[in-house]
Amino acid sequence: MSAVADTHAQDHHHHGPAKGFSRWLLTTNHKDIGTMYLIFSFAMFLLGGTMAMVIRAELFQPGLQIVEPEFFNQMTTMHGLIMVFGAVMPAFVGLANWMLPLMIGAPDMALPRMNNWSFWLLPCAFLILVSTLFMSGGAPNFGWTFYAPLSTTYGPPSTTFFIFAVHIMGISSIMGAINVIATILNLRAPGMTLMKMPLFVWTWLITAFLLIAVMPVLAGVVTMMLMDINFGTSFFDASGGGDPVLFQHVFWFFGHPEVYIMILPAFGAVSHIIPAFSRKPLFGYASMVYAVGAIALLSFVVWAHHMFTVGIPIAGQLFFMYATMLIAVPTGVKVFNWVATMFRGALSFEAPMLFAVAFVILFTIGGFSGLMLAIAPADFQYHDTYFVVAHFHYVLVPGAIFGIFASAYFWLPKWTGHMYDETLAKTHFWLSFIGMNLAFFPMHFLGLAGMPRRIPDYALQFADFNMVSSIGAFMFGATQLLFLLIVVKCVKGGEKAAAKPWDGAEGLEWTLPSPPPYHSFTTPPEVK
Amino acid sequence: MRVHAKRAGALLGGLLFPAWSMADWTLNMAPGVTGTSNEIFSLHMTILWICVVIGIVVFGVMFWSIFAHRKSQGHKPANFHENTVVEILWTIIPFVILVIMAIPATATLVDMYDTAESDVDIKVTGYQWRWKYDYLDEEFGYFSNLATSKDEIYNRLDKSENYLLDVDNPLVIPVGKKVRLLVTANDVIHSWWVPAFGVKKDAIPGFINETWTRVDEPGIYRGQCTELCGKDHGFMPVVVKAVPEAEYNEWVAEQQAAAERERELTEKDWTLEELMERGEQTYATTCAACHQADGSGAPPAFPALKGSQVVLEDMDAHLDIVVNGVSGTAMQAFGGQLSEVDLAAVITYERNAWGNNTGEMVTPKEVFEYKNQE
Ligand code: HEC
Ligand code: HEM
Ligand SMILES: [Cu+2]
Ligand SMILES: [Cu+2]
Repeated sequence: MSAVADTHAQDHHHHGPAKGFSRWLLTTNHKDIGTMYLIFSFAMFLLGGTMAMVIRAELFQPGLQIVEPEFFNQMTTMHGLIMVFGAVMPAFVGLANWMLPLMIGAPDMALPRMNNWSFWLLPCAFLILVSTLFMSGGAPNFGWTFYAPLSTTYGPPSTTFFIFAVHIMGISSIMGAINVIATILNLRAPGMTLMKMPLFVWTWLITAFLLIAVMPVLAGVVTMMLMDINFGTSFFDASGGGDPVLFQHVFWFFGHPEVYIMILPAFGAVSHIIPAFSRKPLFGYASMVYAVGAIALLSFVVWAHHMFTVGIPIAGQLFFMYATMLIAVPTGVKVFNWVATMFRGALSFEAPMLFAVAFVILFTIGGFSGLMLAIAPADFQYHDTYFVVAHFHYVLVPGAIFGIFASAYFWLPKWTGHMYDETLAKTHFWLSFIGMNLAFFPMHFLGLAGMPRRIPDYALQFADFNMVSSIGAFMFGATQLLFLLIVVKCVKGGEKAAAKPWDGAEGLEWTLPSPPPYHSFTTPPEVK
Repeated sequence: MRVHAKRAGALLGGLLFPAWSMADWTLNMAPGVTGTSNEIFSLHMTILWICVVIGIVVFGVMFWSIFAHRKSQGHKPANFHENTVVEILWTIIPFVILVIMAIPATATLVDMYDTAESDVDIKVTGYQWRWKYDYLDEEFGYFSNLATSKDEIYNRLDKSENYLLDVDNPLVIPVGKKVRLLVTANDVIHSWWVPAFGVKKDAIPGFINETWTRVDEPGIYRGQCTELCGKDHGFMPVVVKAVPEAEYNEWVAEQQAAAERERELTEKDWTLEELMERGEQTYATTCAACHQADGSGAPPAFPALKGSQVVLEDMDAHLDIVVNGVSGTAMQAFGGQLSEVDLAAVITYERNAWGNNTGEMVTPKEVFEYKNQE
């Protein structure tokens, strides 16, 4: 028995990856799975981005030109859902798969078969979700927040498929999170205590706990919807004694931690990149860890800041306002730490650093508008206007997406063994940076001037900034094809990358050759 | 081909001229015309300036590092990585700033929640996709529909000044009085917002939310629905006309008289032509959003009425659907929303328009009897 197991293990080590499609379908290798997650998420980013282009094309000028309102609502809904669940979350899981074992000195993820399963559920979920576009009655059209009863009593027939897709995504995320926790807690190299873990590992550990805490809540709320739609219950139907506001409480109990799920891993990655290109250790490592912990805990008690106008009692209103404002403190600490890391370093600005610096600046702007939104009386004016759209795109696009781009450029040499084309990458950065600000900054003005969100047509006083915004959006959208080109070029060839291509970088991942062997650390490294 | 070319031309022309000549580059929130909206505006400006100052300090340090501490300038990195005093300071100072912010915010909020001692009570109900205003003490009410034509929306006509922000019947309120609004909805969640008042409240089925306003300057104030409520969410504006008290009282008396006349109309003997004429109007404002002006609907979501069995055959079934709606669908119970006259007119219209030439009619009296049979 043991002899058989031995030869099998030997086989595995010498032969490397299987050939052909079964390599990808059956793989349990963290790098292959990571790659698949990243490719999948980029495909979803392009799909969700295409929908954003449809939205921006319709909003280019007043009047209805390109799409009808029903289809417009399907576009905003699918854009939001695909970006959140298809682009951002899987990208971070892909980065986790690739980098966690390399960073903690492990051979692979702790639960490799589950890893395979949690990836392959995703394409299934999104196939179902996207297929709703072709169903009679159209795709979900009630916003990514799918408030009842618009999504239950008044939803299109495809809503049941949407619910099924959300369930599958949820299972995938929970399994991914369990895997991350098991890997980090069990497979760290000897000597790597918790407080010596790289920050990307720390932020992912906390993110994984958030996922496990809130994905079941999401599953709960969509199940209640399913019952209302198909089995005659009235959880959210007022005419049957139900409560539409209950929906919002449950949804946002999931939804607010969800927004931190989309940003915490980016915090971690940026905390590697800024020190590397500042050639100086991260300022305030311990306070960074505590800040992330504090943000994660607070994120459970602020959900009703999305509901200031639904008429919750004043005591609740005040509690959620104060709690939300409090989040600014640990978030501020993080920003100050990044700036202090850059202060008196020896800075250079390769593409990962450019994206990371833009991350800090633009995320902070999103944080400022977040603080403004937290002031409940003022939120009565901001709520559900383009000011909110501006706010969350400032935290999601230069936050989550720029964090992902920064990570991709930072670790591409490690992944592929080649350097990417720096000139093209810098072009990608500058076009994205300009396009993004042109697209989203004017949305602040639109919101303050009174333009509601989720409308296919608008009054004439909003015309000029909408046009500017659309031009910026087209520019940002088109630029992302450049990223595809850069990555393909880098995978195919290019200057050979050293084991540690960035002179200021720190961490176990740089002790392996580029690209690393198929099985990462077969003997655990020693951490002093 | 020619049509396409024309459209492209119209697009290009429309692109630069009418829109831009109307537009303005408003950057900031307007202070508004009520005490609440002014307080909100000053909160907004305070927090904005605080953010700007913090931003200048933080980004200032950062840009200074970017310019002065570059490797290409030969700067050698320092090696510090913590400083307890600094870290405690930049935790405490933001906290203090937040407390300073929270004080006026709390005061404003308490004020906004004080709906006691109102002079006028109005119930605001959100429907897919229009608003209904009921004057509770004066006992009359009416719907407020978008007044912008489809031709403007689909770019066949030039857009008027208040494009998408115009209604047939605005909400009328007296200046200088505390107006209490009881906000609810009939179908899905809507949200009633007038930026100039600083009032935004969700209209939720099964809930009655309270809010209030006191407007001191007469004028016309415009806003929109701000909660996604389906297809025409972008097409249900809010328009409020604030008038001096005397004018308001006169207007109320007129409305009450009109309501009385409406009740009398029920008794009148209507001809098919009269009903058709009135029905066409009612249909356009109330039903066309879903069933379309030509009765073709938008299947499968909204059935066609042209050639529909319900419409062509059994009158009772037709009455039942329009009066009681179909629960669980977007087809609402119009029995409570429309007067007997309008119900009779719209049903008669549906049975005789678009080639549904049944020649049948139903009178307001018959509708009244139908509603009260039980
Ligand atoms: C918000 C959208 C909406 C509006 C407004 C609306 N309807 Fe409907 N209507 C529907 C839907 C949805 C159905 C299908 C209900 C079902 O599933 O049986 C329907 C069905 C009907 C039917 C039955 C048609 C058939 O063939 O089954 C009639 C008749 C009708 N509506 C009349 C009216 C009249 C009259 C008005 C205006 C007073 C009106 N509707 C306004 C959505 C609407
Ligand atoms: C490619 C650049 C992008 C553009 C031009 C863009 C544009 C827009 C616009 C105009 C809206 C508002 C639609 C409306 O309210 O009518 C919107 C909504 C939204 N976007 Fe984006 N977006 C982009 C990228 C992203 C990314 C990267 C994310 C997430 C990670 C994202 C998440 C969302 C969400 C969650 C909504 C809300 C959807 C809803 O209202 O239900 N977007 N986007
Ligand atoms: Cu939140
Ligand atoms: Cu609405």
